[in-house]
Amino acid sequence: MEGILNIVSWFLLVFGGFLCISGAVGLLRFPDFFTRMHAASVTDTLATAMILIGLFIQAESWLVQVKLVMVLLFVLLTSPTAGHALVMAALHAGLEPVLPKQKQASVEAGR
Amino acid sequence: MELIINMGLLSMLAMTAIAIVRIKDLFAVAMLAGIYGLISASFFVMMDAVDVAFTEASVGAGISTLLMLTTLAITGRFEKADKKSRTRFALPLVLLTGALLIYGTLDMPSFGAADSPVQEHVAPRYLNDSAQEIGIPNVVTSVLASYRAFDTFGEVIVIFTAGVGVLALLMRTDLPPISSVKNTASMEEHMVLRIVAKMLIPLILLFGLYVQFHGEYGPGGGFQAGVIFASAFFLYAMLYGMNAARKVIDSSLVQVLAALGVLIYGTTGVVAMLSGKNFLDYSVFSEDPVHAQHLGILFIELGVGLTVATVMIIIFFTFSGRSQVEGERD
Repeated sequence: MEGILNIVSWFLLVFGGFLCISGAVGLLRFPDFFTRMHAASVTDTLATAMILIGLFIQAESWLVQVKLVMVLLFVLLTSPTAGHALVMAALHAGLEPVLPKQKQASVEAGR
Repeated sequence: MELIINMGLLSMLAMTAIAIVRIKDLFAVAMLAGIYGLISASFFVMMDAVDVAFTEASVGAGISTLLMLTTLAITGRFEKADKKSRTRFALPLVLLTGALLIYGTLDMPSFGAADSPVQEHVAPRYLNDSAQEIGIPNVVTSVLASYRAFDTFGEVIVIFTAGVGVLALLMRTDLPPISSVKNTASMEEHMVLRIVAKMLIPLILLFGLYVQFHGEYGPGGGFQAGVIFASAFFLYAMLYGMNAARKVIDSSLVQVLAALGVLIYGTTGVVAMLSGKNFLDYSVFSEDPVHAQHLGILFIELGVGLTVATVMIIIFFTFSGRSQVEGERD
């Protein structure tokens, strides 16, 4: 039983770490602000959740587990909200997403 | 491993500092200053100074970034260009100061050395006797609130003085009464932010209280709790508008509470003096010395928390009130 739990938690921890790195790569390499925010906020939420659940399985006492659950709830609430706020602020400031050429043309035709 | 992380964190600190100096967009600079605070906090965690890290994270990365942003609302977003002659003079001066500082560190004991004066003077006594004398697990709190309570009193007065200074310089008595202004919250359309904030504000207040009263057992105490408590009010003010926030917080009451915090702290000391003991000698509060220490720490932490929270609120609201007035004049 303990072995299975260990494997599960390690899988979650490693995969969460991998997602963090992939989010960072996306943040650096995606073409415009909106796709970069997408990479950062989506992977950030999932990665943090996975790492916290992985730690939850590893935690020794129930007090630590309760605290981890609270941190998880807090992150699930705040991380998407922060991403939303940033993107809304960018839209509000007039930043336009970079679109592929075809789509750009159809958007301009629709205006 | 620890060395690698420390080196990584320190080089990130240096890079952030260089970026802060070079970037002219002050909004980005304020954000970078927050990042600087967060990296410093991680560095303090690596050095096992959890209480300091907590303070740095809440003050350096949290409140001060917010205050810088409110200041930017008054002053404008971009830095003015420097005069060339001044920069030419500044570089040698900075290099000289830096060289002198580095020269000064050569005389200091090496990092973490066991025979450095810090480790030999009073620290062993605090670490060895705190458990019997004060009876709380967090030695930082027992040093801060009991052994060194007089120093902490000075810190609280510094914070209080900062609040008084901001009020003296920036307070407007000619703000229009609340009922006459319509609520001009710029965030009215941001439904998501408002709802999430509404869910989070009670939790933030609750966490502030937890940090306040749990400071004896874990990292935390009056300073951090006050800042966290105040940040809930900031969040409300930013999302629901200054006028709505002014309805929640009566500014004259906040000013009285800021003074009351210092008064609670000072009175705790004076009560001991009136009973013929030294200033801030907690043994007057109870027959049992350990219990008396607990009570004394509780009182003065309450004073600290009250003053810190209210002074933060005063500073934030005075700054934002100022930008409101400036905005109407334009």
